[in-house]
Amino acid sequence: MYENKKIGFLFVLPFVLGVLLFKAFPFVMSFALSFTQYDLIDPPEWVGLRNYEEMLTGDPLFRKSLGVTLTFALLAVPLRVGFALVVAQVLNFRLKGINAFRAAFYIPSILGGSIAVAVLWRFVFAKYGLVNIILSKIGLDPIPWLADEHYSMWTIVLLFTWQFGSACVIFLAALQNVPKSLYEAAEIDGASQGQQFWKITVPLITPVIFFNLIMQMVHAFQEFNGPYLITEGGPLHSTYVLALYIYDQSFRFFNLGYGAALSWVLFALVGGLAAVSFWSSKYWVFYAGEKDIKK
Amino acid sequence: MSAAAEMNERAVGDDGRTPWLRYLMLAATAIVMLYPLLWLIGASFKSNSEIFTSAGFWPSKFSFDAYAKGWKTSTEYTFATYFLNSFLITIPRIIVTVISCVLVAYAFARFEFWGKKILFSIMVGTMMLPLIVLRLPQYLVFRELGWLDSYLPLIVPSAFATDTFFVFMLVQFLRGIPRDMEEAALIDGCNALQLLWHIIVPLLKPAIISVIVFQFIWTMNDFMGPLIYLSSVENYPVSLALKMSIGATEEVEWANVIAISVVALIPSVAVFFAAQKHFIEGATSSGVKG
Repeated sequence: MYENKKIGFLFVLPFVLGVLLFKAFPFVMSFALSFTQYDLIDPPEWVGLRNYEEMLTGDPLFRKSLGVTLTFALLAVPLRVGFALVVAQVLNFRLKGINAFRAAFYIPSILGGSIAVAVLWRFVFAKYGLVNIILSKIGLDPIPWLADEHYSMWTIVLLFTWQFGSACVIFLAALQNVPKSLYEAAEIDGASQGQQFWKITVPLITPVIFFNLIMQMVHAFQEFNGPYLITEGGPLHSTYVLALYIYDQSFRFFNLGYGAALSWVLFALVGGLAAVSFWSSKYWVFYAGEKDIKK
Repeated sequence: MSAAAEMNERAVGDDGRTPWLRYLMLAATAIVMLYPLLWLIGASFKSNSEIFTSAGFWPSKFSFDAYAKGWKTSTEYTFATYFLNSFLITIPRIIVTVISCVLVAYAFARFEFWGKKILFSIMVGTMMLPLIVLRLPQYLVFRELGWLDSYLPLIVPSAFATDTFFVFMLVQFLRGIPRDMEEAALIDGCNALQLLWHIIVPLLKPAIISVIVFQFIWTMNDFMGPLIYLSSVENYPVSLALKMSIGATEEVEWANVIAISVVALIPSVAVFFAAQKHFIEGATSSGVKG
């Protein structure tokens, strides 16, 4: 029966329709829209490359926003992935009650995207918030986290880092697949914990490090809730990420053509970085079975 | 967790270290991570003046005022309406997600059909596609259909297995299950749907629970979707209502906002803990393997 192509196709049909209706069609349409001027009232007007020209030559806010987005991704992705790896390493210990810790460490990832946590974050970093209360208790000056353009970025980077759970669960699965015999052999050869980590663990899980870096990069470039709710892009546009700019242009100012062009720049950026990562991966990602680990 | 994975975990004491050091590391990390949440819960019982002066999470005097006031909101609706709205979006969406994703995953994991390889690559590819590129045209399509300010734009796409992460997860899970039982059922004369219902769905149960939990939490947390598609306050889910209460309040009423934030977190936390065991294991075992 599994060879019956008709039944198989019938089962996969919802997906085919879904991709065409909700992915492929909007994808093409947004590309077409990016060459128009459209405000939802008058029909779209073809303007060729003008939106893109405007972006590159006449829009300082775009340049600011692009810089903010790149800074955010550059800080937040390595922090989240690195933190996830370290915590996964610790959670991989076989201890009594380890599952309670695994659950506890996952909680921020579940709640992190919610508005309630954004409220919390505004509190924690408020002028008289938790962090500043603690700073003043240990005799340091309070820091205007949300009001100073030099610190505001850190509040959203920390919120992103805090939600490392899903990357961590994926690392944990990978760590559990590293054969224990390798560590035993290294132990006999007198390798330290650090050496075991860098020489055995890391090389063996490079495919998963790679996967997490790519997925988290895609997430980071689209980050919206944090900047929108906590800092509202400010102060002085210091957290005005591209996702926020696209939202404002499309759904607040109704410059739909320009919004579409901006979203395509974001897409090209993510796609380009992913392509570079895939290209670089052949130099540092090792797939078991393809290459000798001991080389 | 499979027995093999259990075997591969690094046993305590192998290297002669005592476990208390590891417990200390775990506990310290857990406290740093969870303290903001504890503080939020504590603060919801505090008076306004105490919130901004005390780093401790235990309130000096318990007060439920903030809960009562926050629940009532400054709008004509209470949070009962907003919670109901959230569930009216979340529950139908979960149902259509599970049905469509199981069907599609079954097709990918077991059947042969034309274009299977290409379709599978497309599915994996769309996981990496930034959703923001699609938001605007999707909005225009739903506007054309007259679906704005209804829950349809938030629910209908999920009926077409567009949440490809779930399809991928289920496919990975199904691929790990041997086909013996299905072959036996086929000999007994089961058709494809009977096979799916009586054999595949029970086997997929842990993965389906993960799908339900993920989709519940993500839909409850979803902010941008409702923000774009919903315009009347009576249709707002909890996420939008909370945002509205931040926007509308002076700092004086922060205590109410905190109290409601705590309430808003309860459904997700409850679902997570109810399914915690299946959830983390489902995600682990169907996750990407090195």
